[in-house]
Amino acid sequence: MSLWVDKYRPKSLDSIDYHFNISKRLKSLASSGDFPHLLVYGPSGAGKKTRILATLQELYGPGVNRMKIDVRTFKTPSNRKIEFNIVSSPYHIEITPSDLGNNDRIIIQDLLKEIGQTEQIDFQTGKHRFKIVIINEADSLSRDAQAALRRTMEKYSTNIRLILISNSTSNIIPPIKSRTLLIRVPLPTVNEIVGVLSKIAEKEDIRLPSNEDEKSSILAKIAEHSDRNLRKTILSFEALAMTNDSISSACKLVELDWEKVIADLSKQVVKDRSVKNLSQSRSVLYELLSHCIPAKIILKELTFNLLCDPRVTDPMKYDIVDASSLFDERLSLGSKDIFHLEGFLARSMVIMESKK
Amino acid sequence: MSMASFFNQRAPKKASSKDDGDRKARMPWVEKYRPKNLDDVSSQSHAVTVLKKSLHTSNLPHMLFYGPPGTGKTSTILALAKQLYGPELYKTRVLELNASDERGISIVREKVKNFARLTVSNPSKEDLAKYPCPPYKIIILDEADSMTNDAQSALRRTMETYSGVTRFCLICNYITRIIDPLASRCSKFRFKPLDNTDALTRLTYVANEEKVQYEDGVLEKILDISHGDLRKAITFLQSATKLHGVAEVDADGDISIDEQGGNNHESSKITVTSVQEIAGIVSDSTLDEIVTAARTHDFQVMFKLSKKLAAEGWSATQMLDQLHDKLILDDSLTGTQKIHISFALNETDDKLSNGTDEQIQFLNFLSKLSQVL
Ligand SMILES: Nc1ncnc2c1ncn2[C@@H]1O[C@H](COP(=O)(O)OP(=O)(O)OP(=O)(O)O)[C@@H](O)[C@H]1O
Ligand SMILES: Nc1ncnc2c1ncn2[C@@H]1O[C@H](COP(=O)(O)OP(=O)(O)OP(=O)(O)O)[C@@H](O)[C@H]1O
Ligand SMILES: [Mg+2]
Repeated sequence: MSLWVDKYRPKSLDSIDYHFNISKRLKSLASSGDFPHLLVYGPSGAGKKTRILATLQELYGPGVNRMKIDVRTFKTPSNRKIEFNIVSSPYHIEITPSDLGNNDRIIIQDLLKEIGQTEQIDFQTGKHRFKIVIINEADSLSRDAQAALRRTMEKYSTNIRLILISNSTSNIIPPIKSRTLLIRVPLPTVNEIVGVLSKIAEKEDIRLPSNEDEKSSILAKIAEHSDRNLRKTILSFEALAMTNDSISSACKLVELDWEKVIADLSKQVVKDRSVKNLSQSRSVLYELLSHCIPAKIILKELTFNLLCDPRVTDPMKYDIVDASSLFDERLSLGSKDIFHLEGFLARSMVIMESKK
Repeated sequence: MSMASFFNQRAPKKASSKDDGDRKARMPWVEKYRPKNLDDVSSQSHAVTVLKKSLHTSNLPHMLFYGPPGTGKTSTILALAKQLYGPELYKTRVLELNASDERGISIVREKVKNFARLTVSNPSKEDLAKYPCPPYKIIILDEADSMTNDAQSALRRTMETYSGVTRFCLICNYITRIIDPLASRCSKFRFKPLDNTDALTRLTYVANEEKVQYEDGVLEKILDISHGDLRKAITFLQSATKLHGVAEVDADGDISIDEQGGNNHESSKITVTSVQEIAGIVSDSTLDEIVTAARTHDFQVMFKLSKKLAAEGWSATQMLDQLHDKLILDDSLTGTQKIHISFALNETDDKLSNGTDEQIQFLNFLSKLSQVL
């Protein structure tokens, strides 16, 4: 039995139920042989991947569903062996740079040249003879790996089309932006999510309030609770349905543990601005980090919690967001996450103390 | 290696002309309309004039091309090399190394040396009749910004030792990335963002070749959005063309009408609106909304807006770029204000280029902006 997020992932562009203009654009691009390289970007859970897979379907038909996962090994120049996974169908391959580590440039080049040099002859339709290469998390590609894509994207453009997926374009080098058509995928609106959830509820026979208004309002609450991230929303909807016989406004939404820990930490920092509390905070931060919550997420959540705290005044907020932007940069450049997170808390305490 | 020669080597021999047409149809227009000779290169008159002379005198200096993406650097050197040698001799006389090739110190030394050292092959009679065939080889180091300083240093000697039989052409986006000892050995050619008149001529040519139908002002709008990057402009044109082509085919009603209402009755002519949509630029009203939020000096308003923009997926750098253009031209702001704003813009841009969080950084910029306004 698969999770609802997979089970109800629309397969074709026509069955995708929001952002119709994006589907329309993708469909028009897929309609003839000269599909451009794409850079698809937008927040997590907006539906980027879903649209891309549907576009593959549009280009090649159901054959793209014959997917397999290969384990490949690659030998680095220093003779170390790296193993990584490649998802592929007869028409496309998919790579995720974070699997490749520091060797992303060499590995991607190897793969692309291999594909680029073999023409895709005799696909059933004979129509599209290029292969699609999907690169997930493209913004985490090293600069070198991005640079290496430049001429490859031009030279092999009869045989390869790239689809880069990322959350933002800020980390993509300008020559790559010049070579791709950018497609922005916004988060679905609350209403759109309510629509998606209602459909799922109907198919799964979930008991919802019969009153339309009440039903919409509970579904909307779930959507907002997950910050309109559709994947998160569907997951928490499924969890809710599993734990309750019927879903009503009385049901309590599950808050993720770590989110609650951060919210509490933030409250504590506003309340008690002391050295003693700072050292207590450190153990909380350690705890979070040891549960693999990324430091950047911790910083962001903390910042937003502080900014929404009624006890924090506007003048404090200006300085807190400034501090956050600074420590955010240190997190990106440095290595000792705990120092920077702690530094941010200490700085925030000082700010609140001096502006009270 | 040229694209054509590349495929001739590997594709099955009996590539018929039908196959060729098919390949053309699969080619993105940017490749299809890559300049084939120096006359096709728009703008860049300085480089083109000098290089054209070399076709007659057979004299060529070491060269350094620099400038932003999509301005014709790679195309120009490839076109020149083809005109100098013709397709046959090209294969043995030109070495192209780009960022996708291994270019560490030892490899550069080896590859470049081996190629440079070979005596120049003799051109055939036919080639001699048709092409200048000067007695040297050309080594193209494209995308040289991504070469390490060490690898660049390793080239210094090679460049001197073999200057009798080789010419180097270094290509980069940022000239500062090329070490001085190399740069100073080359004649420098700056490739400027294409100015709208020259680019318009080329884009009009492409549009006519492809029989594109467009409303007045569309090509100008495309160039406006592309900021002198002709590659971008051509991609926009191609994508817009398709959007309209399909709207026509599917006119029997199964196309969903987008909520914005706007263009559900698309004609087959490209409109300015659809170009804007494809280019993904931030609309003027959104830019106004940002400035208005900053002017409220109400933190919560800015916070909410930053959240909304993040949910819509706008890239922070894109917004900053456009805000820059808007604010720097705003006559109601004083010089001092503008200085502060550009400082905040630069600082944010810097942080973003280090891979920081878009939402935090943009919110911080908004708060800085509101303190200036
Ligand atoms: N149009 C849609 N209708 C219904 N469900 C959808 C739709 N689009 C996406 N979903 C659901 O949302 C989930 C997340 O979508 P998707 O994986 O495409 O997001 P994403 O933008 O690629 O996210 P991330 O950046 O986190 O990888 C999917 O598993 C799917 O169940
Ligand atoms: N000056 C120009 N004249 C004609 N076409 C151009 C010109 N500049 C760019 N183009 C078009 O854009 C495409 C890309 O140009 P080219 O590869 O020469 O750019 P580049 O300057 O090398 O960019 P990058 O720095 O990204 O490598 C060409 O195939 C051509 O279609
Ligand atoms: Mg180039």
